[in-house]
Amino acid sequence: MIKMQRISKIYPNGVTALREVDLTIDQGEFVYIVGPSGAGKSTFMKMMYREEKPTSGSFLFKGIEVGKLKNRQIPELRRQIGVIFQDFKLLPSLTVYENVAFALEVVGEDKSQIRQKVLEVLDLVKLKHKERNYPDELSGGEQQRISIARAIVNRPSLVIADEPTGNLDPDTAWEIMEVFEEIYRRGTTVVMATHNRDIVNKMRHRVLAIDGGKIVRDEEKGMYGYEV
Amino acid sequence: MKFNGFRHLREGAKGLVRNGWMTFASVSAVTVTLLLVGIFAMLMFNVNKISDNVEKDVEIQVFVEREADQTKIDSVGDSLKQLPGVASVRYSSKEEELDRFKEQLGEGSEAYRSVEKDNPLHDRYIVKATSPKETETLANSIEKMENIDSVEYGKAYVKKMFNFLEGVRIGGIILIVGLTFMAMFLISNTIKVTIFSRRREIEIMRLVGAKNGFIRAPFFVEGLLMGILGAIIPIAVVYFGYEASYNVIQPQLATINEGIFSLIPPGQLSLEVVLILLGLGAFIGVWGSTTSLGRFLKI
Repeated sequence: MIKMQRISKIYPNGVTALREVDLTIDQGEFVYIVGPSGAGKSTFMKMMYREEKPTSGSFLFKGIEVGKLKNRQIPELRRQIGVIFQDFKLLPSLTVYENVAFALEVVGEDKSQIRQKVLEVLDLVKLKHKERNYPDELSGGEQQRISIARAIVNRPSLVIADEPTGNLDPDTAWEIMEVFEEIYRRGTTVVMATHNRDIVNKMRHRVLAIDGGKIVRDEEKGMYGYEV
Repeated sequence: MKFNGFRHLREGAKGLVRNGWMTFASVSAVTVTLLLVGIFAMLMFNVNKISDNVEKDVEIQVFVEREADQTKIDSVGDSLKQLPGVASVRYSSKEEELDRFKEQLGEGSEAYRSVEKDNPLHDRYIVKATSPKETETLANSIEKMENIDSVEYGKAYVKKMFNFLEGVRIGGIILIVGLTFMAMFLISNTIKVTIFSRRREIEIMRLVGAKNGFIRAPFFVEGLLMGILGAIIPIAVVYFGYEASYNVIQPQLATINEGIFSLIPPGQLSLEVVLILLGLGAFIGVWGSTTSLGRFLKI
């Protein structure tokens, strides 16, 4: 699904975020990205949903050269990718239902389809009963579940999560991980950057350790850690 | 593809309301600009028409030397007719000139009875150029001909008027261009605020793959609405104001010099200027919002 060859990213200010990264991720995999702050994790994630362009190298998503996409082709790519952030990024003036439906409305989904799809994902994240509430009325964990629901409502084949449990207490973090496990079990590829040692060590999946812009370790059912 | 027009219209209108005072300032700027454009356009259209009339009326007065006998006078007339760029040549003998002079003096002409024996006036040819712009060149070449005492045309008066109008035109255009930019700047600023207040929404739209056009549309609509709202007052003023002033001024102008200073009747002209104002308002609005979109939306 994802094939990176000698991907490098050098920012205009001269900072090298990624150095000649080679990587393959298959459809249906669950991958943790670990590494210290400033190691290049975020750049790596951003490159996958084409928020950043690689400076050199080739990055294929489902056989498409992402770096060569024209601006007007990017929306098409992003509809196949769900992105989740540490800070949820919910719209405070919209209800839970509207927040999730928003993702479908702005890509031109039919009204009749929207209701059905939104209720389906709200059911998956177990927040159907809160559809009329506003984000401020929900706990952090609930808000994150809403943002996950929004990311997957369009049925993307890849879900990218950038420290989704970073703002949450340990118990809530586990609840969130349950949701990701469920998404993964349904066949969606999950790529998650995290600093949560506990989760990586207990919920075993492939671990990619990034340090200094390089992949320093790539291990199936690996443990947390990025020391060489 | 779904039709999203109503959504964009709703979102655009929301932006207008949300930015309250900034919207008001932008719309006011458009209003002032278009008001000036409208009044100026009305003036210019009329001034152009009048100066056209005046230009067409320009005649060259050719005074023949007093010493010239009738054959020489006739030969002057013949060579005038052969000059390139001459539309018509009319002759008026010095006797006719004197008669007219006396007519103008009326009663007082008795005092000039003495000059009849030795008529001090010249035989005169009245030449019209085919194109008003040729008048000056034509007059210069006539002056070089033989047996000509002097050549006159309304050059001083006409030149002064044209210079004045040219000044008004240039000044007005500079003012309008300046105001147009100010209006665009204000609109672009208002749109910038809307973009800022909706940056999270925009971020999410981009993330979930909304098309760029879809993201831009509400801002585009907001700018367009500001431009069109700003055009309403100027359109009303131009439309009704011109008709009213026409009705007051025209009857007086019509009596002067066979109506050479007549105004253009309202109706067709008002309609044209209204369309110009509406178009310019829309253009200012769309342009103002587009500059902001390019800079702050990064799409």
